[in-house]
Amino acid sequence: MTVYLLKRLAIALITLVLASMVVFAVLEIIPGDPARLMLGLNASADQVELLRNQMGLNAPLALRYLHWAGGLLSLDFGRSYTYSVPVIDLVRERVVVSLPLALIALALSTIIAIPVGLFSAGRHGRAGDTIAMGAAQLGVAVPNFWFALMLIYLFAVWLRLVPSGGFPGWSAGVWPALKSLILPAIALALPQAAILARVTRSALIEVLNEDYIRTARAKGLPFRAVLWRHALRNAMIPVLTILGLQFAFLLAGTIIIENVFYLPGLGRLVFQAITQRDLIVVESVVMLLVAAVIAVNLLVDLSYAVVDPRLRSRQ
Amino acid sequence: MKLWKTILTAAALVLSAGTSAFAARDLVIGITLEPPHLDPTAGAAAAIDEVLYANVFEGLTRIGPNGEVLPALAESWMISDDGKVYTFKLHTGVKFHDGTDFNADDVKFSLDRARADNSVNAQKGLFAAIDTVEVVDPATIKITLKNPQSSFLYNMGWGDAVIVAPETAATNKEKPVGTGPFRFQNWAKGSSITLIKSDTYWGAPVSLDKAEFRIVPDAAAAVPALLSGDIHAFPFFPDPDSVAQTKDDPRFKVVIGATEGETILSINNKKPPFDRLQVRQAISFALDRKAIIDGASAGLGVPIGSHMSPANKAYVDLTGLYPHNVEKAKELLKEAGLENGFKATLKLPPPPYARLGGEIIASQLRDVGIDLQIVPVEWAQWLDQVFTKKDYDLTIVSHTEPNDIDIYSRKDYYFNYDNPTFDKIIADLSLTSDEAKRMTLLGEAQKILADDAVVGFLYELPKAGVWDAKLEGFWENAPIQANDLTKVKWTE
Repeated sequence: MTVYLLKRLAIALITLVLASMVVFAVLEIIPGDPARLMLGLNASADQVELLRNQMGLNAPLALRYLHWAGGLLSLDFGRSYTYSVPVIDLVRERVVVSLPLALIALALSTIIAIPVGLFSAGRHGRAGDTIAMGAAQLGVAVPNFWFALMLIYLFAVWLRLVPSGGFPGWSAGVWPALKSLILPAIALALPQAAILARVTRSALIEVLNEDYIRTARAKGLPFRAVLWRHALRNAMIPVLTILGLQFAFLLAGTIIIENVFYLPGLGRLVFQAITQRDLIVVESVVMLLVAAVIAVNLLVDLSYAVVDPRLRSRQ
Repeated sequence: MKLWKTILTAAALVLSAGTSAFAARDLVIGITLEPPHLDPTAGAAAAIDEVLYANVFEGLTRIGPNGEVLPALAESWMISDDGKVYTFKLHTGVKFHDGTDFNADDVKFSLDRARADNSVNAQKGLFAAIDTVEVVDPATIKITLKNPQSSFLYNMGWGDAVIVAPETAATNKEKPVGTGPFRFQNWAKGSSITLIKSDTYWGAPVSLDKAEFRIVPDAAAAVPALLSGDIHAFPFFPDPDSVAQTKDDPRFKVVIGATEGETILSINNKKPPFDRLQVRQAISFALDRKAIIDGASAGLGVPIGSHMSPANKAYVDLTGLYPHNVEKAKELLKEAGLENGFKATLKLPPPPYARLGGEIIASQLRDVGIDLQIVPVEWAQWLDQVFTKKDYDLTIVSHTEPNDIDIYSRKDYYFNYDNPTFDKIIADLSLTSDEAKRMTLLGEAQKILADDAVVGFLYELPKAGVWDAKLEGFWENAPIQANDLTKVKWTE
């Protein structure tokens, strides 16, 4: 178990270092000068040069990478070019929107997907299964920004249940803040739930063909009990894998959804920073997201060991 | 369905419990872009002025709703006979929002700061003519110019020329302190900027108690935000196509005004074959402006024939010079020895006018044998490749700065246009203050640009504003990119 854990940790660390190099290199290569962007069309070349110097953009690439990566190690993410405040402050303001949003969406998609998967697998090939999987197919196919707009028109414009977008901040109270996260969370969760439901179903169907299931049925256990107690647990590995991958997709999905709902989250921050060539913000936030995804994958790896005792004893 | 609506309405009642009552002196305004910071003297982003100009910050003069120069912190001024010395009489009893007094020292500080060697003011050119700034007494400031400059009073009305206090100049990016009728309250980054009425304002008090600028980056989200009542006004509506959705709704007022944005098909004048007049003229003949306006701007927008807003007094209608004429265009290309046409690239920045207009223009030019490859670029790339490195054939962009016909005389500007006759007119213009003479010179300048077919002149970018029908006092036109709230009020 310890070896397993250490091996996973080492892989995670190496991935982080490699990712930091790729992120930095790619962003420095793409064209666009942050200083020119800030000063606009009427500024002279000398002025742009002056600002570039003030922003420290004229130092050699390798030096800037080391400076940035060294800062990351001590949790110093640098200063935003455009906002001229520490990146960590920006991240702190944004993470309180994006993290709850991603977690609510993840919870929602799990709560919807697992029961649907169980339901479908239990009625494999019958009408209920066909309808549920047809709906799931639709859920996978519908683009989430379009779905988000439909939700806005129904719940915000027509029924006026929730705001059409924006975020009042947690200081405005937990309920108003949650209210503005409901629609975005649903828009994010449904396509994910559709995928997860399909995976759950097929994993269950495979397990249901195993000999021990027949044995369990033969000894007189009711089908429902077999499904919940024996089949679901054994079908969990692929479901957990997908759940881990989905976390990354949720983070990526927030970029679109946060734009449609104009939520001040991390996704919006990255999007805005890219268009303004606020490279230091993009680099730091992307690294943070990379770290989050790696951490989640690590957790998923560890949870395999919890679900499947064989993985614990093998090493 | 009826049952559903009952259930959902019941849920609505539960959900809406606790929502605060709406106060009729508050206003929520939608803006598309978030300002990078809140100091109008330290950045080119139009979004800074959209929030702060005339509301929080004021200059010596200001630009009015129709582009006229109005007094602001200076109540009056005198100009010497040689046009070089401006003596401004300042308002007294004016306070900055931090409680300190405003006087001539602040004016001197602000102007000297903007034109200093290490200044990163994005419009440093506005101050280039200033030789000295002297404080005569606390309520009088004397500015001496190196040479007479007819646009000086107008220049002092720009957002980049507002007056700031020495104590707070360094922190204005985060916490702006000005002399205007609203003071800054809060900036929830990525979300909104809130201004509240200043109790110590020296001028006519404003009607609104509070104005919140909410950032809605997505054009598709702007319509539901208005329909749901979350946002009361969108003075610069991002997508002209969606205006139709609110046009027939009596709850909203839709106002189409003029901007200073000349939308043009820019041509790299030094790059063959565009260095030949016939080729550029052929392009002008090939363009069907009506079709472009219909397709790229939902039919809104006035055609232009040179670089001047039709709303400007100096405007000369030159749209008849190159009517849409495919045969004539082909003929000119043949004269240039290009009867078999040629290939070129068209780089398009992100705004809809460019991306939609680009496709239409590409198909119009294909009709005369010019085969365009469309290259979509981001703003950052556009600035880098097109504007700075001049690595382009054709591009579409809207030049939104007011009175900017002089860009064609700038050395090394991205058009790569060089015409000594034109440069001479622009040089004369800046020394001429006689109104009639100025109009003549501006007319000649427009004529030269049209004759030379320097770029393909398309149309004046419209300003589509949508707001609650119970609101009044917004600017209809946009002589500068600002949301002046000083006259805005709820009628009931």
